[in-house]
Amino acid sequence: MDGAARQRALTASLLQRAGLWREADARTRRLSSGRSDDAADATHLADDYRLLAHDLARARTLLPDSRTREYLEAAYARAHATLHRGAWHIGSELLTLFRDEIPAVVRSLRPYIIWSTTIFALAALAGYALVHRYPELIALFASPDLIATVERGKLWTEGLLNIVPSSVLSVQILSRNISVSLFAYCAGFLFGLGTLYILGLNGLMLGAVFAFVSRHGLAGPLASFIVAHGCVELSVLCLSGAAGAAVGEALVRPTHAGRIESFRIAALRSGKLLIACVALLIGCGLIEGYVSPNPGVALWARLGVGVGYWLFMLALLSGRLFGRRAARLR
Amino acid sequence: MSGPVRDLTVDSVTGIDVSLPVAGPGARAYAFLLDWHIRLIVALAWFVVGALLYNGRPSLAPPLSNDARWFGTVVAPALAIYFLYHCVLELAMRGSTPGKRMAGVRLVARDGGSPSAGALLTRNVFRLVDSLPLCYGVGLISVVLTRDHLRIGDMAAGTLLVFERAEARLPGSATAPAPGAGHLDAAGAEIVAELLERWSTLNPQARQRLARQVLERYGGGESAASGGDPDAAWRAELERLASSR
Repeated sequence: MDGAARQRALTASLLQRAGLWREADARTRRLSSGRSDDAADATHLADDYRLLAHDLARARTLLPDSRTREYLEAAYARAHATLHRGAWHIGSELLTLFRDEIPAVVRSLRPYIIWSTTIFALAALAGYALVHRYPELIALFASPDLIATVERGKLWTEGLLNIVPSSVLSVQILSRNISVSLFAYCAGFLFGLGTLYILGLNGLMLGAVFAFVSRHGLAGPLASFIVAHGCVELSVLCLSGAAGAAVGEALVRPTHAGRIESFRIAALRSGKLLIACVALLIGCGLIEGYVSPNPGVALWARLGVGVGYWLFMLALLSGRLFGRRAARLR
Repeated sequence: MSGPVRDLTVDSVTGIDVSLPVAGPGARAYAFLLDWHIRLIVALAWFVVGALLYNGRPSLAPPLSNDARWFGTVVAPALAIYFLYHCVLELAMRGSTPGKRMAGVRLVARDGGSPSAGALLTRNVFRLVDSLPLCYGVGLISVVLTRDHLRIGDMAAGTLLVFERAEARLPGSATAPAPGAGHLDAAGAEIVAELLERWSTLNPQARQRLARQVLERYGGGESAASGGDPDAAWRAELERLASSR
């Protein structure tokens, strides 16, 4: 028997199995789309996967440029994806994320958190010193409206709720804060320089504005306005900066096979922290919309909210909020 | 640079690798445009219907003063639909969106499986970078320049876009075997071909015994058993079986 005849025979016998492929692919499609919870379908999947792999290997040799091969490639890829797809329980995934993964990320990012907090604090001190010494430089950091309001002896936050309702204010603030936080993280892509810039600029602005309002005797009211939401808001900015710095360092000093691989690992790991940051900033936005501009809330209550929310943040980031210690003991 | 379709090859426990054709800038742009139109239309529809209901008359005008109900029921949901479309749908549809589905592409992790929730969120966070300076300029340049057509978000998340090939169909000639036809299956055809190839190297008794066993299993061999030259007859029977389709 010559080679061509052998090939014909093998091809013919391969094509006879088309019915099996169709059945296997139909079962895979039912399972992958979630339309089937039939145990028989699920147990068949492993056999289908082997069958498709076996026949695909033959088709690659016998029918390399055919529709049959194309079909088998697609069916095999679908079976592979369905078979290797992990369970999707969003509740348990979130619990694992907040209880185990985020605390682990925070621990691994500790040096970055210290550095980003230091940079932010130094920038704030520099901004304060700069505007304290040269008050006219406030024009670099604040809008003319804000400067004019403070020079009239008032804070721009006074009567804020008469202009904008709390709910609107909350959404505006939290969306702005979230985008700053996400940018601080993403900007790490520029070898960490973008993150450094965002941390530095925000620190400078905070220090400069404080110095400016101090000169007009408004530092106390401004601190009273900020204390409820600011503790967590500023901490979150430093956390996002730390995540961005980790991404930047992975690009500057790759620790894995290549820069992109290092970048991917660092971004995926530190990016988890951003989920906690966004959740915390939603809370900050609500506090800044409902509590901070409300003149009816006493200072002690603001302090209580600020410190309480900051402790809540610590509990969240350490995993204790979700029973991390209890889980360890078990 | 962009070139012919490249495959992502994934190892499998079967020893047969999985081959996934990587989607290029064209397929990506097509999927994005479809998604962009969908989210824009849905967000606008929400805004228009919400504004009409809010105003109680055919007017889309916002209230003169800041109103929390207007913002909460008309503006914020429309903005949320537009900005959270990819993030929410990719999570809910495990790496797909309506636009990607229509374009025949889907997101996969580097191992060919569905991306994790963390990977999908990271990918979407990096849209902030990819969309710079405008119209996804950074993302587009990155997609064109990288081998696997990855935007920055894909690099960060370890994901890539591949063709779904959901429409792949078998040709008409690939048909199911007729019931009771008694033809060779793939394993049988291979055994017969192997036996014929090694025919001359085997001793006559052994090859005749093997031929009889194969023919008993797959049908035939009656004429060989009664023929004059049994060796040639068994071989002829095997060749007839091999070419019976």
